[in-house]
Amino acid sequence: MEKIPILRMGRFLLVTIQIDMHDRLALQLQDDLTDRIVKDRAHGVLIDISSLEVVDSFIGRMISNIAAMASVLDARTVVVGMQPAVAITLVELGLSLDGVRTALNVDKGMALLREEVEAAGRV
Amino acid sequence: MPSATTALDRALANEQEVLAEWAQLQLASTTLRTDLMKDSELREQSREFIGLFRAALGTGTPFSMSSSDWSGVRDFLAGVSRSRALQGFSPSETATFVLSLKQPVFVRLRKLLENSTSELADALWAATTILDKLALFTTEVFQKSREEVINRQQQELLELSTPVVELWNGILALPLIGTLDSARTQVVMESLLQAIVRTGAAIAIIDITGVPTVDTLVAQHLLKTVAAARLMGADCIISGIRPQIAQTIVHLGVDLSAVSTKATLADAFIQALRKTGSSLAQGVKPASAAHA
Repeated sequence: MEKIPILRMGRFLLVTIQIDMHDRLALQLQDDLTDRIVKDRAHGVLIDISSLEVVDSFIGRMISNIAAMASVLDARTVVVGMQPAVAITLVELGLSLDGVRTALNVDKGMALLREEVEAAGRV
Repeated sequence: MPSATTALDRALANEQEVLAEWAQLQLASTTLRTDLMKDSELREQSREFIGLFRAALGTGTPFSMSSSDWSGVRDFLAGVSRSRALQGFSPSETATFVLSLKQPVFVRLRKLLENSTSELADALWAATTILDKLALFTTEVFQKSREEVINRQQQELLELSTPVVELWNGILALPLIGTLDSARTQVVMESLLQAIVRTGAAIAIIDITGVPTVDTLVAQHLLKTVAAARLMGADCIISGIRPQIAQTIVHLGVDLSAVSTKATLADAFIQALRKTGSSLAQGVKPASAAHA
């Protein structure tokens, strides 16, 4: 079964979604990611969705759920690389992902994540 | 071949003569636009039309707009209408091109079928039906071409009215002019998001100085744009809010508290600079330069 890899970069976890998300895959990611946050004691999660070209309301909610769960586990989440079409779709669906921090690319996302974690006093 | 169409074909048999008479009629007609079209061009078009028309009649296929035997006539007329629509002819002037053929045809039919009134009536009816349908077709194509022009202009207007300007490294400005409706919001959103990707901007200033009124719908569209930009990782500042508009927004109960708003583009720019960690200093002219 296909799986979305979760990579560890120091204190952060890096999730790159390279394939089209379907519902089961999203649920699987939710399971895996929460497990890894606890196991690796991660301080932050960076989700790169630059290859994601199609979203529906389920995937949109999944992203904000993952962010909320990570936040419960005291890890910050930044979503990076959203395609313009995806952003427009999410807004039209009424999902503005209010609790999720966003950045344009992985570079800026990492900087934001570091800032956030430092601000939270978890260096 | 039904006898009525045969008669029609025979009426057109002397092509040169019909052509000369038809061209004469068109040139004499009040709907002739010598300013838009040369006589020679008109004659050429008339000649080509009669040729195609006779060829289609000769196949013996009953007249039908969709039949392949009549496609030559149809395509030719479509071309003529389209070019006339673009040249600035009116619909009736365009339809007259086909309709004016009636007179020479009827005159000939009458001469040919002098002895049989019923046959003459049949032939006239057949000729009228065909020419009327062709004339209607030219009007339809004419209308369609005009609509295409209007659509294209609308598209151009949309694109023209939503420029995204790069103000500073990482700061974009989006001066909006005119009312925001759903279609425009879509274009604005798309061009803004694409510009964010292209320039890697972290802050976008949406300036609504040129937006005449802000109602709940416009506000909702603005908030959508802001939300979409935020999803891409860019912060938005809304600037250029006139006093009247500030009042309307509050009266309508629109909640803009989630977005940072500024009265002028200058204020928004200063805030954007601060956020990106840049600053501007008032330059002092070097003394030597002042003397030089």
